[in-house]
Amino acid sequence: MVKPKPTRVTNQIRTLRFAEDEMTQARLAELIGVTRQTVIAIEQGRYSPSLEMAFQIARVFRVGLEDVFQYPEEAP
Amino acid sequence: MAIEEKRAWIMAVVAVAGYASYLLLVLGRWDGGALAEARYADALLWTVGAAVVAAIALNILVAVTGEPGSTLRDQRDREIERFGDHVGNAFVVIGALAALLMALGGLAHFWIANVIYLGFVLSAVLGSAARIAAYREGFQPW
Repeated sequence: MVKPKPTRVTNQIRTLRFAEDEMTQARLAELIGVTRQTVIAIEQGRYSPSLEMAFQIARVFRVGLEDVFQYPEEAP
Repeated sequence: MAIEEKRAWIMAVVAVAGYASYLLLVLGRWDGGALAEARYADALLWTVGAAVVAAIALNILVAVTGEPGSTLRDQRDREIERFGDHVGNAFVVIGALAALLMALGGLAHFWIANVIYLGFVLSAVLGSAARIAAYREGFQPW
């Protein structure tokens, strides 16, 4: 089967969760209204959330969008 | 494992088991003559009916045995479901087109019914396989 195109979007959700009093994936999922499996998939870069969900995640941690998600420059 | 991934597995396994049972029943009755004259209608109806009942029962089972809140569906589940439907629907169309051409060509009802059934089975199996791959390997909706 064809491998899905990997995303270049990276994220700091794991770091932010630990900084937020070791928030569990289940708690973050509850706060943004998704399943824990979806939080795991986002953290591992296996799913790119919608812009709205990305803003919801950033709001949970009270940081800007680019503090949660990064899109590194492509190497020349 | 997400409940929707479990449901995709159920769909794939039930579709394969149902179709394998159907083939065994029909080929078991075949007397070596023209295959199109073999009795197939009751086997087709029973195996489709049994597959539908088995899928419903297994879906209920995974829903009631899952942890609390495990039946929640979110945006990712809906996107992956649409992706699986998109893959699976192609085979329904292929089956329907093949059946149309067979009907226009005057082929026996046996072949027309079987190509439609095969199209449904391929749709269920490959649509489910696409959903399972999306859950396991990753899914980027863009």
